[in-house]
Amino acid sequence: MTLLKSREAILALAILALLALIATRFPGFVAPANLARVLTDTSPLILLALGQMAVILTKCIDLSIAANLALCGMIAALMNGAGVPLPLILLAVIALGAVLGAVNGLLVWKLGIPSIVVTLGTMTIYRGTIFLLTGGAWINAHQMSAGFKAFPRMMIAGLPVMTWIALAIVAAVAVLMTRTALGRAFYAVGGNPHAAVYAGISVGRTQFLAFVIAGALAGLTGYLWVARYAVAYVDIAGGFELDVVAACVIGGIAIAGGSGSVAGCVMGALFLGIIKNALPVVGISPFWQMAISGAAILIAIAFNATNQRERGRIILKQAEHRT
Amino acid sequence: MTSATGRRIPDRLTTPAARAFKSWEALLLIVAVAIFVLNSLASPYFLDPWNLSDASFNFTEKAMIAFAMAMLIIAGEIDLSVGAIIALASTVMGAAAAAGAGTPVLVVLGLATGLACGAFNGMLVARFGLPSIVVTIGTMSLFRGISYIVLGDGAYTAYPASFAWFGQGYVWWVITVELVTFALAALAFGILLHRTNFGRMVYAIGNNATAARFSGIRVEKIRFILFLLTGLMSGIAAICLTSRLGSTRPSIASGFELEVVTIVVLGGVSILGGSGSILGVALAALVMGLVTFGLGLLNVPGIVMSIIVGLLLIAVIALPRLWTMLSRR
Amino acid sequence: MQPRSGVVDGAAPPVLSLRGIVKSFPGVRALGGVQLDLYPGQVTALVGENGAGKSTIVKILTGIYQPDEGQILIDGTVVHFPTAEAAGRAGVTAIHQETVLFDELTVAENIFVGHAPRTRWGLIDRRAMHARAAGILDSIGADLDPGVRLRDLSIASRHLVAIARALSIDARVVIMDEPTAALSHKEIAELYGLVEKLRAQGRAILFISHKFDEIFRIADRWTVFRDGQFVGQGAITDVTEAELVRMMVGRAVDQIYPKRPARIGPPALVVAGYCHPTEFEDINFTLHQGEILGFYGLVGAGRSEVMQALFGITRPSRGACRIGDDVRVIRSTAQAVGAGIVYVPEDRGRQGAVKGLPIYQNVTLPSLARTSRAGFLRLAEEFALARDYTQRLDLRAASLDQDVALISGGNQQKVVIAKWLATRPRVIILDEPTKGIDIGSKAAVHEFMSELAGQGLAVIMVSSEIPEVLGMSDRVIVMREGRIAAEFRDEAMTPENLVRAAVGINGAAA
Repeated sequence: MTLLKSREAILALAILALLALIATRFPGFVAPANLARVLTDTSPLILLALGQMAVILTKCIDLSIAANLALCGMIAALMNGAGVPLPLILLAVIALGAVLGAVNGLLVWKLGIPSIVVTLGTMTIYRGTIFLLTGGAWINAHQMSAGFKAFPRMMIAGLPVMTWIALAIVAAVAVLMTRTALGRAFYAVGGNPHAAVYAGISVGRTQFLAFVIAGALAGLTGYLWVARYAVAYVDIAGGFELDVVAACVIGGIAIAGGSGSVAGCVMGALFLGIIKNALPVVGISPFWQMAISGAAILIAIAFNATNQRERGRIILKQAEHRT
Repeated sequence: MTSATGRRIPDRLTTPAARAFKSWEALLLIVAVAIFVLNSLASPYFLDPWNLSDASFNFTEKAMIAFAMAMLIIAGEIDLSVGAIIALASTVMGAAAAAGAGTPVLVVLGLATGLACGAFNGMLVARFGLPSIVVTIGTMSLFRGISYIVLGDGAYTAYPASFAWFGQGYVWWVITVELVTFALAALAFGILLHRTNFGRMVYAIGNNATAARFSGIRVEKIRFILFLLTGLMSGIAAICLTSRLGSTRPSIASGFELEVVTIVVLGGVSILGGSGSILGVALAALVMGLVTFGLGLLNVPGIVMSIIVGLLLIAVIALPRLWTMLSRR
Repeated sequence: MQPRSGVVDGAAPPVLSLRGIVKSFPGVRALGGVQLDLYPGQVTALVGENGAGKSTIVKILTGIYQPDEGQILIDGTVVHFPTAEAAGRAGVTAIHQETVLFDELTVAENIFVGHAPRTRWGLIDRRAMHARAAGILDSIGADLDPGVRLRDLSIASRHLVAIARALSIDARVVIMDEPTAALSHKEIAELYGLVEKLRAQGRAILFISHKFDEIFRIADRWTVFRDGQFVGQGAITDVTEAELVRMMVGRAVDQIYPKRPARIGPPALVVAGYCHPTEFEDINFTLHQGEILGFYGLVGAGRSEVMQALFGITRPSRGACRIGDDVRVIRSTAQAVGAGIVYVPEDRGRQGAVKGLPIYQNVTLPSLARTSRAGFLRLAEEFALARDYTQRLDLRAASLDQDVALISGGNQQKVVIAKWLATRPRVIILDEPTKGIDIGSKAAVHEFMSELAGQGLAVIMVSSEIPEVLGMSDRVIVMREGRIAAEFRDEAMTPENLVRAAVGINGAAA
């Protein structure tokens, strides 16, 4: 019974209902090959949402995550242009993304600046740095090596590498959240920071690590984005950070911190991804996408709130029966 | 204990003047003057009154919204949908203009749309108790999304000639209509926040909403009104901006919300709520305007300017904390 | 339980000792060179008023604060606790008053947060954690499922989880900070049993409480702090309550309950049929002018909930009240204040004073309509109002312009009371008005309540302290599990009657 009431279950039902609805207009949408394509298309959102989830769990927010992605993507493309081998590029972007995340984390941890302010600032700084590096020039497909562009699209067992990477990261983050001390620390710090201190958990350090993880994921996704779309310029993924927050909210990650699951997060991202991919197919102009996302967020928040509404203290014996 | 037999404690220990001296606002004033001087040394075009007047457009529209946003943030909330409200209001005005409406109707529509959006936000946050940061991220997408549905990748450009007065008109010599609007808004919000019961209650709610409620304050009503105010100011800004640009695209005022929040935080308002002043916000708007204008005169590209603004934002918050940390050693 | 022998075994040295501990914060010296000794298998009661330094010493013992000077010794060796983890590793654990648990984690995760058992690959070994948690819970007789999320548990169950957590690190020193504050009588008895068990296991227990009956029942030794100084220590059999109080306060305190007989006037408030879906049911009572009506009950009986509904914080599902001549249902605090009902909350910090605002602004907050003109503030009027009422309450502060967060708890309470008196109410509800306040200020608050009643105000006092309830009230209403269990007056106001009605033992006299 509790399974049916769980937020994740409801979300899953909502996704199925959405797919069913789309299928009535365009049955081809739910064909496995197409669903796989939607999954692949949503992979960057999933990756970033997982990172944002860690940050939001600890009662912070990272508005710079898309700028991080863009900067690392550009650097990946530049490195590629300079002939650096792909494995090295991958290591470099992940490391760089982690460093950019660490900057956010340090300002929050050591100087106690609220994360919304820090990431508002780093958002423009990171993105502006792209301009400083390239003077506004684009790097186009013909300037990228074949290997660079092909890697994310390489098919293995019916799915491209990019999707496999996303799935692997989903599994890794799930293990992190439920089976490691750091993962439980994320929940503890967000759920009751005061108590976390008493339990010997460093609130600042936990938040710092959340930013590093989010940054590393953003770096990796930067390469994937740039390689898959075969273009790099200042404005890539512009505004994406809000889609990422939306995915988390729809996925049931409480903005106050301390609760939410990986499954929910992934489904939140999938929900948005399905809408984005379905609109052109169903014949709704893509200009409707933004409004629909907005409405979805509002509905999700309203739903979150009714779930978490604190019941009045239960005092009357007939109102509940405890141990 | 019925009579005043207890000890008498003084009303104040420091005078307001003394405190004003050491305040954030004083610091901003010094910074503003410093930047002014720097700019005038760096570029010969700076001190030209007409250039300065043009420069004011850099901050007037955002500053108007910033005053309302500051009050909202002081009360412990935030509204990230202001840019989107401008887009929607502008779209409504554009549609009406295209249908032949005159300037007065456009103004009414702009204000009404702003208020309606503000009321929508206010209802979700105040009445239903939903967290404002995610609500306004949602309405941001919703409002601008509606603009996209209506306009697609087109634009409204058929505005009546008289409409241009708001954004392009001058009241006297170099003083623009927008500048006067900004000044009036500063005055109005300054009085509202610092001199009225309403403002006092805003501070109380921002410091401890529970205790405020337990003190008989109608917390929900005040929150609702604050969102109406940001909506209204966004509507006014929409009129100014649309009038200045002479056109409406769904992407109008993109990124506005973050610039407005930057002005507010730069102005000394704590993002956590409970403290800040309108004077600080006004000075911060001025500083931002001077910085961007000066950089513009030096032909610094917009995106590099935003790096500097980002650095400024972080530095301004970080340095005082670094200072206290190091002086404790 | 066996009465304490109180014999201190001279042969067993202290497990943990503090020597010369000094700790200061900006503007206040919390501890000025204190000492403390905790012996294995003994319960040491730490006694002192608020501000005496008890919670500071607990934070130093658990590694949350670092002492500015002084030493911590374990088994005679100097140690340092730079972090909470270090204190835990040294075998020091604490059970706090406030919740230091996590709603979203399960019982087992809460017990083992920070020190969960690991598998070979460094991941949390869930099965082992679950099993060990079940084991610990069994040993303290707690019938809880380790896999349940904490937010689904009642207060008493959460407390048991806190205790289980303390046991999970096999502590040598267990600190209990006001552990019975939120427990029922049955649960308190169970807690005593636990303390017995811990003693028998040779652990050293530091028991912080201001309830003397508990102290004399459970402690072997006593230590008194006053104003951040160590005043004395010894065996519990060698000291009396009066002596402890004198050491705590520095002077003899008599006449704590200066209740003067008051003229009871016509009804000021009539409550009829108040109901709430989960909190209370069928609440009916009448309150008269000049009367002090005591509301007694166990923690969690629903008293504060009823009061908050009367004040408009929550809405009853049914019922109405008559204030003076108007009958109404109160739907908001603004309405309550308008009707002349005011509420001084139990949780002073979160619900009473607005920290961040100066004292005078706190005092005038509900009265702005009176001090202002056409919605505009008039500071001169505000200061005048604040001056008047803070003087009446003998407030201690540097200036009216001072941030209310910087004054002591007792003075913050005065600010809250001043704030409400300034609205010239008809009914004033005081919820645990002297909780956490030092004895000196307690007497002042009681004197003050008496005066209010004498002036014709109608006073409701919610209290969990029997002496206070009996000493101050004209009548007592006892609540139990959300309902009114009994009402007592005159000769029927006895401790036995009150407790019986609160606990629900048959034969409670009407």
